[in-house]
Amino acid sequence: MALLNIQDMRIEFPSRQGTVEAVKGISLEVNGGEIVGVVGESGAGKSTIGNAVIGLLEAPGRMTGGEVSLHGERIDNLPFQTLQKIRGRKIGMIFQDPLTSLNPLFTVGQQLVETVRTHIDMSESEARKRAIEMLEEVGIDDAENRVDQYPHQFSGGMRQRVVIALALCAEPDLVIADEPTTALDVSIQAQILDLIRNLCKTRNVGVIIITHDMGVIAEITDRVAVMYRGKIVELGETAQVLGRPEHPYTKSLMAAVPRSDVKLDRFPRVTYSDGEVKQSQHIDLKSHWLGENRNTYTNTEGPLVRCENISMRFTSRYSLIPSWRQYFNAVDDVSFDIKRGEIFGVVGESGSGKSTIARMISGLYTPSKGKIYFDGTSVSDLKTDKELDPFRRQIQMIFQDPYSSLNPRMRVFDVIAEPIRHHRLAESKDQIAQIVEDLLEHVELGRAAAWKYPHEFSGGQRQRISIARALATRPRFLICDEPTSALDVSIQAQILNLLKDLQQALGLTMLFISHDLPVIRQMCDRVAVMQYGKLVEVAETEALFTNPQQDYTKRLLELMPTLNFEAAV
Amino acid sequence: MANTELTSKTATPLTRSVDGFKRALNSDLFYSFKHSPVTIVAMAVTLLIIFTSVFANLVAPHNPFDVATMNLLDSELPPVWAEMGDPKYLLGTDNLGRDVFSTILYGSRVSLFVGFTSVVLSMVIGIALGLIAGYKGGLIDAFIMRVAEIQLSFPTILVALLINGVMRGVLPPSQHAELAVLVLVLSIGLSNWVQFARTVRASTLVERNKEYVLAARLIGVKPLFIMIRHVLPNVMGPILVIATLGLASAVLTEATLSFLGVGVPPTEPSLGTLINVGSDYLFSGSWWITIFPGAALAILVLAVNLVGDWLRDALNPKLR
Repeated sequence: MALLNIQDMRIEFPSRQGTVEAVKGISLEVNGGEIVGVVGESGAGKSTIGNAVIGLLEAPGRMTGGEVSLHGERIDNLPFQTLQKIRGRKIGMIFQDPLTSLNPLFTVGQQLVETVRTHIDMSESEARKRAIEMLEEVGIDDAENRVDQYPHQFSGGMRQRVVIALALCAEPDLVIADEPTTALDVSIQAQILDLIRNLCKTRNVGVIIITHDMGVIAEITDRVAVMYRGKIVELGETAQVLGRPEHPYTKSLMAAVPRSDVKLDRFPRVTYSDGEVKQSQHIDLKSHWLGENRNTYTNTEGPLVRCENISMRFTSRYSLIPSWRQYFNAVDDVSFDIKRGEIFGVVGESGSGKSTIARMISGLYTPSKGKIYFDGTSVSDLKTDKELDPFRRQIQMIFQDPYSSLNPRMRVFDVIAEPIRHHRLAESKDQIAQIVEDLLEHVELGRAAAWKYPHEFSGGQRQRISIARALATRPRFLICDEPTSALDVSIQAQILNLLKDLQQALGLTMLFISHDLPVIRQMCDRVAVMQYGKLVEVAETEALFTNPQQDYTKRLLELMPTLNFEAAV
Repeated sequence: MANTELTSKTATPLTRSVDGFKRALNSDLFYSFKHSPVTIVAMAVTLLIIFTSVFANLVAPHNPFDVATMNLLDSELPPVWAEMGDPKYLLGTDNLGRDVFSTILYGSRVSLFVGFTSVVLSMVIGIALGLIAGYKGGLIDAFIMRVAEIQLSFPTILVALLINGVMRGVLPPSQHAELAVLVLVLSIGLSNWVQFARTVRASTLVERNKEYVLAARLIGVKPLFIMIRHVLPNVMGPILVIATLGLASAVLTEATLSFLGVGVPPTEPSLGTLINVGSDYLFSGSWWITIFPGAALAILVLAVNLVGDWLRDALNPKLR
């Protein structure tokens, strides 16, 4: 008998605008010692399933059909009190964000002891011993001492280990992990996945891993369920589903995962969709307003952007007395050139100073030391708006978070028209309207989008609006700071293709920042690798991927999750 | 070629696909309003009081300031339902023979005027200083906020009294009566800006690091325009709530000041003045002269507070 059995589960979210059926009759079995992956794009309903199994569906969501049984006993219709005993004791949960899933006011030990004693009849000292054992088991050194530390004294990866210890300390039979590694760096992701796998096998625990990341699925799951709009479209052995997908959605999803091994010209798009596909008319960029005014290069020699020994330090503790101040070097003595017309990649883990570099070049931060030259002029020496404005027009940026990069109180029209109005790039109101329309058409949103507000769009559509806004100043240099890391694979492919097309058509120079190595490989001509604010290595993309020089680069490349299954394209 | 196309007037004008009014009716805010009977009643009462006081000269049965219609023989008449009540005077008359109901209507007009204008004044000062403090940070922020905190450590009524006293000292006594309302507005407005500034500053600190503000800075938009066009609309939600609740407290402060005799003069009475005047007759049995203005004040403040409370809950995403 299966450990967990979900039969024809249906979940609805009633709302004012009508009822949304988030899960439309799915069935899934999980056995002890088995890792089952649930993969799908955002909104597919994968997290809803996990929450429903453990009884944590957010109001007003409710299960309208189907059964969930654990060890053959139904648990979905149990009263709250009984369910409370099952949670933690029989089913453990690992959440996405280790920063918020631990209580910052209690020590790690207190939280473990509380959980253990809630479920198992144990004395305080026994529970403490158990907590220390658990911490050792999840690979925390010096557990004896660290058990009395507070969550903020642990790093992100260590915290996620504690969360895993917390999920396992009452010896549950089933663990649900909702995006357990999404908030973590690649190197830590690999360790955490290993840990989950080992614990699952040694303790014979059934695990459901919910993720959007095909790499994670390939790495540790035994079986996988692919979800699309509330349904499981494909379910089977991981090797079979990823290697020889049968459903057209799985096929196109697999094809859209950026490949780390070969450089392709374009990103394959997820072609499967039962929604409407918007046909847009592309404008001929060369003869359009957007294409004008691009050849006003003051210098044609030399790199477009040159960073000379730039450093950026932030004050981590301020004091009136200068020698008491404490600083943190986000970027430490970094030099590189970006050639005209190339896409220059910067890759590194979180905290390596990638975004700080982007913000220094864009002019949002002034470097503490060193100089940045744009087209031969030292931009960091310019002070007044009058001197800076021409450069601001030429350097634009696309941000990571599509949900905060657009002013929620402005119509899309005004968002895109603002840079045109500010730099007086158009001659009349009609021309502004025309340019905005054309831009929206070109990023495949359609002109009707102009009168809507940002919240009416999805993440990918918002990122298109951001791109349109960045293009509206007719920039020569575009900085993309993790432009797709908040997006689904299928949307990511579209956005990256759009960026690539624009770069070629407009002859843009681009700084492309990402933590995602496969994306970097597909997008960039040259790559810089950063670690702890220092530049580790700069090389041509192909050279870097095939023949890395530095140890850190080699390690990064090894950790890169690979899909070892030949994708059936 | 494309260029001529751009400038030509034949380009199809963008049609606004969204009807503003329909949007408002379909908004979450209106939905929550429709489903809160208490708020509907409170809003109705607030609007009724505002309407009747604004149009007091049309609604009120008597003009309490018209000396010709006043008759001292009619003074201190009880309400209609009491013995000796005169049907001409619904809620009785005061010591000068003025109709209490009419004086309440005229009094609420003064009270509401002082309340509204002083809230607008504190809003303007508070928003401006809050935006600057939050957006600029550093020394400017520290200075503004320390001033705010010092002011906050005194009771509001004391600050208002202080400002009031200083201004009365500066102005020639002959102008006191004429400028009384202005002085009152200034003293209440200046004593209430702090909570606006603190709220705006806190929200601005959050908003200024959001990427849309960075994007505006990259375009080269000037700080002043970023504050007004980008940050301000995004911090208005909580401001609206404070302003509504602030209106209630400003009306109360005005009443308190007038009751203490430093507010509007008895020739142009507000609710506070009426309560003050009436309180002298409380022990002689003419309770209606003070109780009715008091009740009117309580109802007004309660209604406005209820609307403000609803607004706070409706705009708070955590409570939705």
